[in-house]
Amino acid sequence: MKKIKKIEIKLNGKNKLINENYKIQTLLNDLNIPIKKVAIELNQEIVDKKKLNKIKLKKNDKIEIVHFIGGG
Amino acid sequence: MGTGKYKNMKECAKAIKLSGADIVTVAVRRVNITDKKKPLLMDYIDPKKITYLPNTAGCFNSFEALRTLRLAREIGGWKLVKLEVLGDKKNLFPEMIETLKSTEVLAKEGFKVMVYCNDDPLMAKRLENSGACAIMPLAAPIGSGLGILNKVNIKIIRSQTKLPLIIDAGLGQASDATIAMELGCDGVLVNTAIAKAKKPFDMALAFKHAVIAGRQSYLSGRIEKNLMGNASSPKKGII
Repeated sequence: MKKIKKIEIKLNGKNKLINENYKIQTLLNDLNIPIKKVAIELNQEIVDKKKLNKIKLKKNDKIEIVHFIGGG
Repeated sequence: MGTGKYKNMKECAKAIKLSGADIVTVAVRRVNITDKKKPLLMDYIDPKKITYLPNTAGCFNSFEALRTLRLAREIGGWKLVKLEVLGDKKNLFPEMIETLKSTEVLAKEGFKVMVYCNDDPLMAKRLENSGACAIMPLAAPIGSGLGILNKVNIKIIRSQTKLPLIIDAGLGQASDATIAMELGCDGVLVNTAIAKAKKPFDMALAFKHAVIAGRQSYLSGRIEKNLMGNASSPKKGII
């Protein structure tokens, strides 16, 4: 069986190992993130939610997932 | 009302309901990836029932503020936002040069920007000319509870603008809100004074009544101030 290659990305400031060719949508599904309630940034560019299933993550990509919390 | 500093989401939601607030400010932060069971704000405060106002609290320059608000727009499609660019970590006063720059950019991008600012009438005018949709001068430093320190400036700002004028930051008790409304403001933004009161629910209710009282008082037209006394009972018929 072919061994799946792992790559390292930065997710919300922390290093994370994921499978190569992982799509953002897959990552969000894995993390159980409610897509409607968040915004996603890839390397400081906002990701269009319609394209989540098309964008493959690359080594050293920086991904930020944010939502609303209580604040003044 | 601000939604920070409460013991929990449930307390926050109840205080907001009691206050009768129309708008709540919210912060944009990273999703907690490790603790997925952490309660979500939207599960307690329904954005369909109350207006969410994404805020840039914690941003210290234009770059951070713009990034935050663009992300906020992406979350829910909100164009109404609150801009707050801080300049000093201790007094939390606004950094007005960065605030002005950010207001211009955001207005051009189609945002409706409510702007936290100092109580300077000249700066308030410049913000208005840069496309702000509401002026939000501080009463005093954020969370200080000092109340309105410069009533004269607030009155001058009121006299020069038709934009909504909302006192943001520094209120300590309900009567501070009444004073703000009596100065002609259109509203107040309160967080710490309610969230950190010994009885937040009672204080939320007190602020609600205080805002209504202040507004009615402002619209009723107060009497002239006189140095000397003026008896209330007629002299005629005195025995």
